[in-house]
Amino acid sequence: MKKVAYPYVMWMVIFILVPLFLVVYFAFTTGDSKNYDTFTFSLDNFRRFLSPIYLEVMTRSLLLSVISTFICFILGYPIAYIIANKRSAKMRNNMILLFVIPMWMNFLLRTYAWLTILGKNGIINTFLNFLGFESLELLYNSGSVILGMVYNFLPFMVLPIYSVLVKMDRKLIEAAEDLGASRSTIFRRVIFPLSLPGVMTGFTMVFTPAVSTFIISNLLGGNKTTLIGNVIEQQFIYTGDWHFGSTMSIILMGIILLVMAITNKGGGDLEGGRGALW
Amino acid sequence: MVKKSFRNIYTVLIFLFLYAPIIILIIYSFNESKSRGAFTGFTLKWYQDLFSNREVLKALSNTMIIAVVTTIVATTLGTLAAIGIHFSRKGPFKQMALNLNYLPILNPDVVIAVSLIALYRFMGLDFGLSTVLLSHITFCTPYVVLAVLPKLKQMNVHLAEAAMDLGAKPMYALRKVIIPEIMPGIVTGALLAFTLSVDDFAISFFTTGHGVQNLSILIFSMARRGINPVINALSTFMLIGFFILLLVINRIGRKEEEEIY
Amino acid sequence: MNKMKKIISASLIGASLFALSACGEKKETINVYNFGDYINFDVLEQFTEETGIEVNYDTYANNEDIYVKLKQGGSSYDVVFISDYTIERAINEDLIVPLDWNNIPNRDKIDPSFQDLVFDPENAYSAPYMWGTFGILYNKTMVNEPVTSWDILWDEKYKDEILMLNSQRDTIGVSLLRLGYSMNTRDIGELEEARDELIKQKPIVYAYLGDDIKDALIAEEAALGLVWSGDAMYMIDENPNLDYAIPQEGTNIWFDSMVIPKSVSNKTGAEKFINFMLRPDIAIQNVDYIGYSTPITEAVEMLPEEIRNSPIAYPSDEVLENTEIFRDPSDVLSVYDRIWTEITSSN
Repeated sequence: MKKVAYPYVMWMVIFILVPLFLVVYFAFTTGDSKNYDTFTFSLDNFRRFLSPIYLEVMTRSLLLSVISTFICFILGYPIAYIIANKRSAKMRNNMILLFVIPMWMNFLLRTYAWLTILGKNGIINTFLNFLGFESLELLYNSGSVILGMVYNFLPFMVLPIYSVLVKMDRKLIEAAEDLGASRSTIFRRVIFPLSLPGVMTGFTMVFTPAVSTFIISNLLGGNKTTLIGNVIEQQFIYTGDWHFGSTMSIILMGIILLVMAITNKGGGDLEGGRGALW
Repeated sequence: MVKKSFRNIYTVLIFLFLYAPIIILIIYSFNESKSRGAFTGFTLKWYQDLFSNREVLKALSNTMIIAVVTTIVATTLGTLAAIGIHFSRKGPFKQMALNLNYLPILNPDVVIAVSLIALYRFMGLDFGLSTVLLSHITFCTPYVVLAVLPKLKQMNVHLAEAAMDLGAKPMYALRKVIIPEIMPGIVTGALLAFTLSVDDFAISFFTTGHGVQNLSILIFSMARRGINPVINALSTFMLIGFFILLLVINRIGRKEEEEIY
Repeated sequence: MNKMKKIISASLIGASLFALSACGEKKETINVYNFGDYINFDVLEQFTEETGIEVNYDTYANNEDIYVKLKQGGSSYDVVFISDYTIERAINEDLIVPLDWNNIPNRDKIDPSFQDLVFDPENAYSAPYMWGTFGILYNKTMVNEPVTSWDILWDEKYKDEILMLNSQRDTIGVSLLRLGYSMNTRDIGELEEARDELIKQKPIVYAYLGDDIKDALIAEEAALGLVWSGDAMYMIDENPNLDYAIPQEGTNIWFDSMVIPKSVSNKTGAEKFINFMLRPDIAIQNVDYIGYSTPITEAVEMLPEEIRNSPIAYPSDEVLENTEIFRDPSDVLSVYDRIWTEITSSN
């Protein structure tokens, strides 16, 4: 059985491990990014990162992504639950597909549409004014960035949770009912703990892109806050300093791994096996 | 019951939230003005332009081809990998496979893109459709693995054993017992892979060549000059196309309704 | 499941047949790479009709992206459209090849004042395509005073009505000009002073936008913003409340030109293409669609009077004298980057 995984493992070694080594190599060296001969071992870039400005950027990114992930969870779990509990399979499948289809529309277009909705003269404000209310400042602040993140990453939270909820062993729930447990107890003690693997997957799939995103903060945040994703992208695209960019990527990866390891410890052990993050 | 209407209201709100920008998108595809800033009049000219716009149509077909192929390969590769990993004993192989799998998910887009460029140059590959496909498969498969694994964990451990005790060969047990059990996970994985592939920009941009553009690249590159509403018209069509697909799947799926439950 | 499998395999086969058929014939081709939505497609078709050469057309979003691609290689392009400072950089780093002007007789169609520019002396490597200036776009109903200086963007009166650009060089450049320095200064002291001014300005800035600045200004979400002249023409068309001004401290003049990368595989085709684009009857088609300013004299003469005489599209020589072209910033990039991060992270 184990053998069926081999093709993918080989693939990963070539397409994931090797490029990773390259990134690590870049991170621990300095020199002219374009000329391999000039590389020398150095921890300078790590030191450079430890200055207040970059640490502040990193903290802000983490904070925003934690908030967004949490909101995705609060909003996403109920909808996953609702869809999973629909009686007809056709209804479930349709709803899930309908849920995902907006994500197949181009990301930039959808984000631009939010500008039209949230702007000073946008849809919401026009509506509020019509009702006699004052306009609200809905755009170009942390709130709109979080909205953008939640909007884009919600399906990644919902899908894994849904797929676990939908195939939950009904008999366990029936047994609990038979033993006299109330609906909320059943949820707290049976359903939710069993759905944790899906929740963990959802967290991972939302937190990671959220912490490294930069386009959403560019478009919806008016670029007034730099996130770590911006800084990394700037190194690769603008300054051409792949070394510093790689250093920050490695640091970012490390932090994500740390966060994941902590949350996994908290939630994953119930199943007697983790999704493995070190 | 109060509870039921609460559920329904919540569901409607969430879907409204998801579709609000899409509705705006569609409305502006009828905008006389090229700018999103003002709705100056109703017109169908962008729809007419769409059919003669070679660039857009080509980008569309590229996007779809890449997405479909990626989804099929990634789902297959990822499902098999998840199964293999799940059934391995706890140890270095399992740890390593799982951690390697996480890497593309943890890495920012740009970093993956740049590291793949370096790899392809090292391998002496010519940039084009093939390199884009390789890249897409690389960053989509981990999500399939992640989607299928929880389902495997949830599956009754003894199911496969029981099948094999009854005389089934491993491959047969795989096909007839395991896969049906984890099907929601596989479908979720496929959906994720398709979604990620269709909308990818950074990785596609840096690993493509020779006129192979997908929609994301086309749209992002229009950003400097303002997005041509032809794209809005295209998106409307795509949306209709997806809804039709939904209906088609409904027809096919009717038979299998009972099986899933 | 079986039906599903059949459909999937059928579409796979269909898709592969489709892909295969696309690689069927071997006609002469050239690969062209340009900014998005920056050409009139009719001219590409006309080119193929007249010369028989097929054009593979790719687009990208900004100079930095194309620079990375040129640097990394892996894909061969025959003609690339890039901007002034990137051309200078490409020449310095040996990424493009000189043009053989013997094959491009239409050189004489280029306005002499646009030949022999500082980023490419004697046009050894590039042929100009479009040009323009950079200035302040303002809403006449929201700004009741004449717009003559970059200072107006620092005026408290316009709190939350000011839009700056999400572009390091352009925004830092504005701050430098306002202080009386060159947009191309390498003096760290001057750059840091520009940074401090921008940090002081930040509380009154509504947002730092990319291309969405155009839609925002048209929608009157702000009173003042930084735009390029070509865009200004289009925006004023969409909303007559808008107007464009070039401040007295001077501004940036920019050029987008055609170059031939080192990885070229069809140089004769590329030069034919460049020659074709310099023809007045072709240039006018592009100007018509894009709306920016053309360096081809005869094409300008073909334009309607209100555009030809527009101080926005074709400013007077006096104004043009007070402009600077961006130079290759390679050695100060990391300083710009640090400064930019400091500005955008400040509160």
